[in-house]
Amino acid sequence: MATVAKPPTLVVLQLTGGNDPLNTVIPYGDPLYWDNRPTVRIPEQEILHIDNQYGFHPSMAALKPFWDDGKMAILAGIGYPNVDYSHFRSMDIWYTAEPEKIATDGWLGKVVREMDPKADNVLTAVNFGRGLPRAFTLDGVPVASVAELDSYGLLTSLASVAERQSALDVFSCMYDDGWNDMGHRPVRPRQPAESVGDVLRYMGRTGLDAQKGADVLRTAVDGYSSTVTYPTSSIASSLKGIAQVKIAGLGTRVFYCGTGSFDTHANQLKVHAELWKDVSEAVSAFFADLREHGEADDVIMLLWTEFGRRARDNGAGTDHGAGGHAFVIGEAVKGGLYGEYPSLKEHDLTLGNLQYGIDFRSAYASILERWLEIDAKPIVNGSFEQLAFV
Amino acid sequence: MAVSSPRAPALTDLELMAHLYRRAGFGATRAELDRALALGYEAALEELLQSEAQPPLDDFLIHRYYVDVQEGRQINSAQYGWIYRMINTKRPLEEKMTLFWHGLFATAYFKAEKGKTMVNQISMLRKHCLGDLRTLLIELSRDPAMIHWLDNQYNTNEVHNENYGRELLELFSMGRGNYTEDDVKNCARAFTGWGLKRTVPGFYPYAHFDLEFEFYPDRHDYGEKTVLGETGNFDGPDVVDVILRQPATASFIARRLYQFFVSDTPDPDAIAEIASALRTTRYDIRAAMRTLFMSDAFRSQESFCARVKYPVELVVGVARLTGDYTFPEYDITPLALACRYMGQDLMNPPSVEGWHTGKEWIDTGNLVERINFAAERVGDSSKPGIRLLVDQVKADGRMTAEQLVDRCIELIGPFAVKEGTYGSLVGFVEQDRVPAFDGTDDAADEHRVVQLLQLLVSTREYQMA
Repeated sequence: MATVAKPPTLVVLQLTGGNDPLNTVIPYGDPLYWDNRPTVRIPEQEILHIDNQYGFHPSMAALKPFWDDGKMAILAGIGYPNVDYSHFRSMDIWYTAEPEKIATDGWLGKVVREMDPKADNVLTAVNFGRGLPRAFTLDGVPVASVAELDSYGLLTSLASVAERQSALDVFSCMYDDGWNDMGHRPVRPRQPAESVGDVLRYMGRTGLDAQKGADVLRTAVDGYSSTVTYPTSSIASSLKGIAQVKIAGLGTRVFYCGTGSFDTHANQLKVHAELWKDVSEAVSAFFADLREHGEADDVIMLLWTEFGRRARDNGAGTDHGAGGHAFVIGEAVKGGLYGEYPSLKEHDLTLGNLQYGIDFRSAYASILERWLEIDAKPIVNGSFEQLAFV
Repeated sequence: MAVSSPRAPALTDLELMAHLYRRAGFGATRAELDRALALGYEAALEELLQSEAQPPLDDFLIHRYYVDVQEGRQINSAQYGWIYRMINTKRPLEEKMTLFWHGLFATAYFKAEKGKTMVNQISMLRKHCLGDLRTLLIELSRDPAMIHWLDNQYNTNEVHNENYGRELLELFSMGRGNYTEDDVKNCARAFTGWGLKRTVPGFYPYAHFDLEFEFYPDRHDYGEKTVLGETGNFDGPDVVDVILRQPATASFIARRLYQFFVSDTPDPDAIAEIASALRTTRYDIRAAMRTLFMSDAFRSQESFCARVKYPVELVVGVARLTGDYTFPEYDITPLALACRYMGQDLMNPPSVEGWHTGKEWIDTGNLVERINFAAERVGDSSKPGIRLLVDQVKADGRMTAEQLVDRCIELIGPFAVKEGTYGSLVGFVEQDRVPAFDGTDDAADEHRVVQLLQLLVSTREYQMA
């Protein structure tokens, strides 16, 4: 059981598009890697060896210190039964923790409801990006969704600061049902109270929640200073926003962000290298920033992707596959390789794809029970093996 | 609500006409409403119902600018084409009905990842949207996107796959509680062999062939089947006939039409009236829509602005208000994305149940998206629609704050504005300057009007249709 002073916090980083596992944690000691990858391979001298079998992609240099310090778990060969090669369907399976049938409630939505059943804090969960990932979909669970922390808020298109402030004052009156209407009464009653009352009341509360969330989030930007310099990538910008909110101590327990596209059917060597460079440097800066502010101990980060890629390359890239890798990083993480690295032997491949060994719901359940201290069963819809990475 | 107001007065002619065009289409400008008012409600409704009498949109123009609508590699361009159509169609009810059937027969891009196949399904829905339900259900059963979505290509004589058979009964025609598990099995058997043409091996994801229907006689189960109490050597169309003989079917479709076109709160009498129209006309959808739009329930104050706008209704409504995208411009991308950010990814609903509507459209994230989208678009007075609104207000000359707020509500609606909201807006206008348009500072006066419009589209009430 984790023992931390502050409530444990989870950061989820989605590697959208299906990351190639073989060129991420490279089984360079296995001759079958070189056989399967005549073209889309990493030259042996460039691989960052982590032992005499496996090594990281050279772009992951900034992440390697986490591994060296025992703060990084590799969940090798993670997936779910009967892989679906559709990105969307596969993501939905991860979002809803339900591979058997089409479900709509998101696993993190359920987590947020457990943490904050009365939705007292509108910032219990903060997503960085446009549009909420389905992982958060659950009726009655507020999640702030922030594109850019610096410019987040309502009515951002208004011309000047003064105009916007005055419009926001009106907004808060308009969305408040407490007759806080700037002292004016209507010329004639315009809306029979009973007809749409409930929906408008709900919308009023939601609008005020959004406004409150935006106001509080602004304090995170105002109060922040750091010696850490983040790279300029969009994932770095998201993670910087997460660090700012975390450091401001706004009670957020679940953060979400994502980057991609890892859907490298072609031109993989170049694209994949750039993606991992961006992710690695951003994650490294993020934890450095948290450490500088004494905020790193209660954070773990899960990096996941919807599926892996085909074992054999297609000459320029790799096609959709099955088993992939996930990673968990943080001070509280017990580093190491979890699960069995999927076999590349011909008879172990299904339609040319790596088998999965770890059910992704096992990873979720371990994070829930061992880190967030939440009963995993109703969230992952069953009992799954606990992994000791945290 | 602090006071219980007496029953509000009946809708004005203008309010009723705006209501009709918001529900039967994607909203109308004041000029369009004036034209309809001159026709009168019934004639305007008839014009909407007889959509084929209006010219179709030029598909060639759409394909020339949104090339990928033809090729269909991606869902994005399919969405652009559809949104452009919703903004510019001369047949608003046709497009609105298509959206209705898309929500009811919810099929998503994410499984097949074939944009063109989805576009083809939407075209099929558009073709039959106001026709007879029998044809529509048979075409739906033959639709390649649907077959792939619900696995009917695996439904054969040897292995029955019940996915489509079940949803046809449960989600597309009758609803739970009106059939047995045996009915599901036998319904599915009637659709055995309704599959997909074999194509060149799919070089997924490089090549994108649109799927085509094919009937495989050797996979069809020709045996006797009992469905909903009737027995015979049924094929798919026979089962559709059996389904249409069930009173539950008329009630189910009527309820769904009511929820989409009238109100989030069901009214059993009004629904029964629509169901009866369906039954007595052998499921003529157009006739049912006439009954719906002529019903007291639809034309009452209770239904006015009583339904949360679908994201696509908000986005297209705002685009029509601002007078944008009258030509297939490339920068229509933000409109498709806005719908997605607000929770309605067109042609890609989350599941076969379709989107969860009403209150469930709203959460903190997508409410911010809704408000910011509308306020930003309306805040640009260089857009032709906004320019026109400002000029209309300006032409009225000096007004009181109340008059100005009334006028703006009327010009972009009219829609129902709650007392507290109204008072706040009046207060906003009075707080700084009431535009006088007397020549002393017209630019500032115009700016003030634009701000008021921005606040109006940021209200809760503007989220309602």
